Amino acid sequence: MKEVCYRVAENRPLARDVLRMRLAGDSSAFTAPGQFLNLRVQGCYLRRPISVCDWDREGVTIIYKVVGKGTAAMSRMEPGETLDALTGLGNGFDPDKGGAAPLLIGGGVGVPPLYRLCRELIARGASPTAVLGFGSAADVFYREEFEALGAQVRIATADGSAGQRGFVTDAMAGLDYTYFYACGPEPMFRAVDRIAKSSGQYSFEERMGCGFGACMGCSCRTLTGSKRICREGPVLEREEILWEK
Amino acid sequence: MGEVRNTAPGAAGQGTGAPGQGRIAVIPDGAAAAAPDTRVTLSGWELENPVIPASGTFGFGKEFAELYDINCLGTFSFKGTTRQARFGNPTPRIAECTAGMINSVGLQNPGVEHVIAHELPEMKAYFHKKVIANVSGFSVAEYAETCAMLDREEQVGLLEVNVSCPNVHNGGMSFGVSPEAAAEVTRAVKAVTTKPVYIKLSPNVTDIVPIAKACEQAGADGLSLINTLLGMRIDLRRRRPVIANRMGGFSGPAIFPVALRMVYQVCEAVSIPVIGMGGVSSAEDVIEMMLAGAAAVQVGAANLVDPFACKTIVEELPRVMQRYGIQTLTEIIGGAHHG
Repeated sequence: MKEVCYRVAENRPLARDVLRMRLAGDSSAFTAPGQFLNLRVQGCYLRRPISVCDWDREGVTIIYKVVGKGTAAMSRMEPGETLDALTGLGNGFDPDKGGAAPLLIGGGVGVPPLYRLCRELIARGASPTAVLGFGSAADVFYREEFEALGAQVRIATADGSAGQRGFVTDAMAGLDYTYFYACGPEPMFRAVDRIAKSSGQYSFEERMGCGFGACMGCSCRTLTGSKRICREGPVLEREEILWEK
Repeated sequence: MGEVRNTAPGAAGQGTGAPGQGRIAVIPDGAAAAAPDTRVTLSGWELENPVIPASGTFGFGKEFAELYDINCLGTFSFKGTTRQARFGNPTPRIAECTAGMINSVGLQNPGVEHVIAHELPEMKAYFHKKVIANVSGFSVAEYAETCAMLDREEQVGLLEVNVSCPNVHNGGMSFGVSPEAAAEVTRAVKAVTTKPVYIKLSPNVTDIVPIAKACEQAGADGLSLINTLLGMRIDLRRRRPVIANRMGGFSGPAIFPVALRMVYQVCEAVSIPVIGMGGVSSAEDVIEMMLAGAAAVQVGAANLVDPFACKTIVEELPRVMQRYGIQTLTEIIGGAHHG
C-alpha cells in the first residue's frame, strides 16, 4: 500500500452514468489486475474503493459508475484537480492460472478490472474470451478495447438492445474454457457458479471502512477461514467460497 | 515500504489552518528554548506522548507498521479480544455519515489464546513498547478469565475492559449501562490481575457519571471513554437499514463534542485517570480532550480514512503545544475545570 496524490488527467463519460478517469501519478504499488485504490473524495468521510482498470508508468485508469454522493462528486472533477488515494490495495487475479483459453466474465462496472487481466493473459500467450453483460445498449463500454487487445468478445444485455439478449450465463452457453475470472454483482456470481465448467476466481465487492485490513468491516466467511475482502480479497478462489443463504 | 504523504487538508474539516504547509512539525528557529514535553503517565506507565490508536481501528498494528514506524505512538489499544474466537456480525457492517461512520463489526477477533500465541509474539518485531489489551466478554467470569490470561503477558501495559460494545447482544454494553454490573466486572477483573485496569464506558446511557463512579469505587485504576454512540442509517433505494444488524456504533469527528462533554463530566466526578476518545482527529483535538481532563487520548475512526492520522498528530503535537503556550503537556490536564 502506498498513499499517492494523483492529478486528474481525464474524466469523461463512457456510457450511461459510467465515466473513465485517468489519474497521473505513481502507480508502482499495483502488482496484479483486480487490485483497487481507495479515494478520498471531497465532502465524504469514508474513502471510495474503486477497482483499477489499467495502469502504466504515467498513472492509473479507473472506470466508475455514478451511484451515490461520492461517485457523483468524482464525476464533477475537472482535469488538473488532485485526488488523494491509497493504492495497490487487495489481492488481485492470478493470470498464471488461466491456461490456454481463459474466460473473462464481467457484469457492468465489474468489467474494468478484467481489462488489465485480459492484457496480462494475452501477454502470457493465452487466447481469452470476454463475456460482458450490461443492462442495455446505453450501458455497454469497452467492447472495442477488449477486441483491440485480441480477445474474443461476447456481449449480453438484459433487454437485448445490444449483443445477445439475456445474462452473461446465456452468453457463456457453448463456450469451452480452461479457467474463468469473474467480476460483477453477487447474483451474477451465483448464476455463473451453477454452470461454470472449470476452476476460477471471483472478485467480490463489500462496504469497507478502511480498505487496508484494519477495521474488519468487510469480512466474509470462506471454507478456508474468515477473509477480509479488502486484504485477502477482493479476489477469492471458486473452491473456497461459501455461498451463504 | 515507501511512504508518500499528501498535503491536502483533511476531509473531516479538522484542518490545521495551514494546509500544505503545516502538516509537518517544524519548530522555527528561536521559537522556544526547549522542545515541549509531550510525556504523560497512565497509572505509573510513562508514555512518550498521549496519542493512542483506539481499539478496533488499528488491528494489532501490523497493517500500519507496513506504512510507518508505529513506535512513535504513545502506545496503542489492540483489537477487542474475547475468550473464544468470533467471526462477528453479517455484512454490510459499515455505513457512512456526515463527518463520521457507523460500524457493526461485532467483536470479530481470533480469541485470546490466538492473540497470546501469535499476535503478541509477532508484534515484538514491529512494536517495542507495551500495548493496551482491550478485552470484551459475555459474562463476568469470562471477562476475568480472559484478563487473567493476559495478565501473564509482559507486553501488556494495561487492561482496557470494554463494557460498552453496542454491536453484540448481551455482550459488553449490558454491563456498561448499569453501575452495579460495571462495578461487578471491575471487581472480578481486579481480582485476577496486578496490571492497571481501565474500564471503557458506553455513552449510550442516561447519565455516565454514576457508572464512572461505581467503577472507581470498585477499584478501577482508570476509565476510557467514550465508546461509539448507537446510530443508524437507512438506504433510500432499498428502504432498509444500511447495516445488516440494523444499528451500529457511530464514530468520527461528528461525535467529538459529545465525547468531550462526557470526559469533562466524568473528570469532575472521579479522581482516577481518564483516557479520552471520540472523534479525535488532530493535535488540537488532543489538547482539547486533555483540557477537559483526559490524561491520554485515543484516536479511532481517523485511522481508517487516513492511515497516517496518528503519526501526523504525534508530529504536530509539539508545534501546536507551542502555539498555545504549553511547555509541559501534563500541566494542562483538566485545565478547563479551573476558575
